[in-house]
Amino acid sequence: MNCNRLILEISNYIDGDLDAAMKLEIEQHLQHCGECKLVINQTKLTVEIFCDSQHVELPQDVRARLHETLQRKIRNPQS
Amino acid sequence: MLVKAAKSGDATAFEELVNRYERKIFRLTMNITRNREDAEDAMQDAFMKAYSHLNTFQEDSRFYTWLVRIAANEALMRLRKRRPNQISLDEPVEGEDDLMPREIRDWGPSPEQRFAQSEMHAILDQVIDQLDADFRTVFVLRDIEELSTEETAAVLGISVPAVKSRLLRARLKLRQKLDRYMRDRQPN
Repeated sequence: MNCNRLILEISNYIDGDLDAAMKLEIEQHLQHCGECKLVINQTKLTVEIFCDSQHVELPQDVRARLHETLQRKIRNPQS
Repeated sequence: MLVKAAKSGDATAFEELVNRYERKIFRLTMNITRNREDAEDAMQDAFMKAYSHLNTFQEDSRFYTWLVRIAANEALMRLRKRRPNQISLDEPVEGEDDLMPREIRDWGPSPEQRFAQSEMHAILDQVIDQLDADFRTVFVLRDIEELSTEETAAVLGISVPAVKSRLLRARLKLRQKLDRYMRDRQPN
């Protein structure tokens, strides 16, 4: 295992989507490669930050138009 | 059960489903289109299609996943119309080059500790805007909407290896883009 090979497996490693042999190879590499460890930790953190920041509000006017359209659809399902 | 009631023609039950999922579906269509007008249209059309085709929904899958599939397709259609060169239906041809980050260094305090919340939101908005639509869409479906790799592949009409490849690149590119902000703002 080298750094270029490891980088291709980062996503699978984060998702726990690796067989035991590959996981072991990666963990052995991480024991002596601080840079790969940083990249993995920062990539994980990046995903977490994006997921945590996802509190999009639905604007009132957008919601009102959605429900008006829905009412029309309910009254006239063929429209 | 709301879905069962809605399927049997109870319009109030369907409205309740809309109330439950409208925010999440708007978030999805905003994240894919990055344009408020398109996001609104895609969301409206998704709910109207869901209402018209409720009888085709198989109850062995999650209603939300079914809705996400419809909404993602509506959003992608608008994105392709607006930016025809930015999203491809083809399998990606991606080399293994240029993935290894350069000059890797510790970020120190986490971005959330370092930036005020409003500033953080603005940074994340800019970062995700800069990501190619192909990568962004896979990231949104897999990491934000938590669809499985197989579900994402089905929504986008691409293979499972293509989803994995795009997700890897999306995550690495987002890390790299965020890294620039972390470098510009090292603590004193």
